[in-house]
Amino acid sequence: MIAEIGLAALWLAAALAVFQLVAGGLSLRPGAPPVLGQSLRPLAVLQGGFALLSFAALLVLFATTDLSVALVALNSHTAKPLLYKVTGAWGNHEGSMLLWVATLATSGALIAALERRLPERTMHAVLAAQGFVASGFFAFLLFSSNPFTRLPMPAPEGVGLNPLLQDIGLALHPPTLYLGYVGLSVAFSFAVGALLTNAVTPQFARVMRPWVLGAWVFLTLGIVAGSYWAYYELGWGGWWFWDPVENASLMPWLAATALLHSVSVLAARDALRVWTILLGVIAFSMSMVGTFLVRSGILTSVHAFAVDPQRGAFILALLALYIGGALLLFALRAGTILEGKRFGLASRESALVLNNILLSALLGIVLLGTLYPLFAEMVGARVSVGPPYFNAVGAVFALPMLAVMTIGPLLRWRSDTARRLARPLVALSAAGLLAAVLALLQGDIGLLPLSGFVLGAMLVVASVLPLGGRSFRRTPLTVWGMVIAHFGIGVALLGMASDAALTRERLVAMAPGDAVTVGPWTVRLREVMPVAGPNWTATEVVLDAQTAAGGRTITLRPQSRTFWAPVQQTTESALASRWNGQLYAVSGGPVDGGRWQMRLWWKPFVTLIWLGGLLVALGGALSMAGHLRRDTVRRSAARRISRLAAPVPA
Amino acid sequence: MKRLWLFLPVAVFALIAGAVAYQLTQPRDEFVRSAMIGQPLPSFSLPPPGGGPATLSDASFRDGRPRLLNFWASWCLPCIAEAPQLERLRGEGAVIVGVAIRDRPEDVAAFLQTHGNPYAVLAADDIAELQLALGSSGLPETFVIDGQGRIRYQHIGDIRAADVPVLLDELRKAGS
Repeated sequence: MIAEIGLAALWLAAALAVFQLVAGGLSLRPGAPPVLGQSLRPLAVLQGGFALLSFAALLVLFATTDLSVALVALNSHTAKPLLYKVTGAWGNHEGSMLLWVATLATSGALIAALERRLPERTMHAVLAAQGFVASGFFAFLLFSSNPFTRLPMPAPEGVGLNPLLQDIGLALHPPTLYLGYVGLSVAFSFAVGALLTNAVTPQFARVMRPWVLGAWVFLTLGIVAGSYWAYYELGWGGWWFWDPVENASLMPWLAATALLHSVSVLAARDALRVWTILLGVIAFSMSMVGTFLVRSGILTSVHAFAVDPQRGAFILALLALYIGGALLLFALRAGTILEGKRFGLASRESALVLNNILLSALLGIVLLGTLYPLFAEMVGARVSVGPPYFNAVGAVFALPMLAVMTIGPLLRWRSDTARRLARPLVALSAAGLLAAVLALLQGDIGLLPLSGFVLGAMLVVASVLPLGGRSFRRTPLTVWGMVIAHFGIGVALLGMASDAALTRERLVAMAPGDAVTVGPWTVRLREVMPVAGPNWTATEVVLDAQTAAGGRTITLRPQSRTFWAPVQQTTESALASRWNGQLYAVSGGPVDGGRWQMRLWWKPFVTLIWLGGLLVALGGALSMAGHLRRDTVRRSAARRISRLAAPVPA
Repeated sequence: MKRLWLFLPVAVFALIAGAVAYQLTQPRDEFVRSAMIGQPLPSFSLPPPGGGPATLSDASFRDGRPRLLNFWASWCLPCIAEAPQLERLRGEGAVIVGVAIRDRPEDVAAFLQTHGNPYAVLAADDIAELQLALGSSGLPETFVIDGQGRIRYQHIGDIRAADVPVLLDELRKAGS
């Protein structure tokens, strides 16, 4: 019954999305009856409701392990803990697509319900675009990825969920990322709506900005969570692997970051109109490319994609329709957008333009590196593109961008003089020099980490300079947001540099009683013992670690786990966080003579990477709150003024 | 001129979509072919199962006779399915060199007892060094080596009845 309710709700939502597209499209024609436009908001809200209902039905099916549903039987198991039963709902293709579409419909419902600041005609075009995007993905779900298909006979037991995915990180990571990906659909629809109705104005940018910020905050959180998940769950000790799936989340983030900054220029100074529209289209396009192309495996392995050519063709057709359509619309209509205001060379705008260009170049590099294997295969070569390309080529653009970031926020809008920057520049140089000296005292650390230390230190100092001479209480939230986000980037950069340059690694075979040193720690193997969990058994290695300086002994318990449904072995790393770094232990299994293979890392200040990421997200959230509050204040002031200006009785 | 630039994004996208579409229509090739085909065998020497002086080396292949080089193991299930086809090949006059990968001598003996021994020479590769050196991707796998010790053909997976004539043909070509 639940599965049928879910499927019915999905069909209803799909039908409403098509209605929304048709009604919205027709309402743009001159002389259209007003009821067409008026129907759009209720349609969008209903569509969101039904999509959520459908997703809720899937959650119930997974929570109760209804084995008559094919998706549950293939991806779940009665012996799983309840939490992982529920999160298993989106740990598979169909379920995650439903979550994606439900998020899309919900964000459409939110704009329909909340957004009253745009001209009605533009709003209708926006909702039509939202319906257009949603209807295609509903069709994809219903025709080639139906999550509610019943089995002819209920399965006696489920197949289980990949144990790597049985982790709290997974419970939060995809939904967060999806909120970000799909939130960008709003920016996409806004851009299309503005192109169709010729409404690229500062007001349009102000309306779009909180949505972009919201999506960007979730995207940032999703990437941070994903990076940390890979770091502790995969047990490789790395936090970013330039894997196509990771790149798929980084590309929309880069586009959204550029969009965020160009939208601010459009809102404040009425410049960069065409560019902002293009970025709005590209940001969501990257989300779609990320979710679909990469998840369906065409990039990681062309073979996996060919397993289901129907799905592949469907996805490609949708992407061609949406991305190709929007970019074509851009090509045809962007010429009609009037040029925005001009600005001087030394100005905040220039710095933001430079930031945009460099971010876009980074995006291009990541896109090229991610797609290169696809093109290489056309000429018969099989290649994989990895860190040697991304790190080196990325740095060429990332380092100048970070340098611009240090002084950009200090510049004034419109035009500025270099002389005003003399004092901050001295402070920044001092910070950079100090960092360079401290870093070089650690020995030969390589050029890239050195640049990371220098720029990180400069950025940390530079980010707080815009607060100089301000009263903390009267500083707007939006400025706090920028300061904290930029500060977070500096902090994360210091963490990355420290991890790259100062990590100490040991790979040893240890018997009980043996001790090894890694960095400042002496690690002793106490014992090896079996432990059992709800759906796994493990051998646990117990390690006692102590610093040379003495202090409290900490105990690490890395495990090699064997899950029984499906049967699979995983290694569970053990982490101990200290203020100055993390001790990371992975057990590699037994070797001859009763010894155990252990991999140990001491990673100074590695946690700064994710701490910085969280600060970036916090900054975005503060900025969003600030913009929303400023809008509310502005609108209530406008209402008061209009009341004051009541007509004087004659 | 300015208008033309506006078409750049859609053009780039069309290029990418075209590449993806092209890949979609390509027949998929599940196997990674060895890059060693056409190359001479790397130098190696392997002992028989159970140890002892080396009985098989790259020099053994350079006497002018083409041979089949078959990688297998007693623990490999498809190798059991392949055994009758190897017998057929031997019956047709093929010289088959067997290399047992990561195996125990007693298991090798038991396997050959049960499923027959088609091998003219048998060697043990306990660390899969020769298998890796030949770019083999799994077990079982069979290479055609010509009389000059050059790798001519690679058969991935177990040999089925339909593959027997193909391998005999490749052997004949390698011999001419």
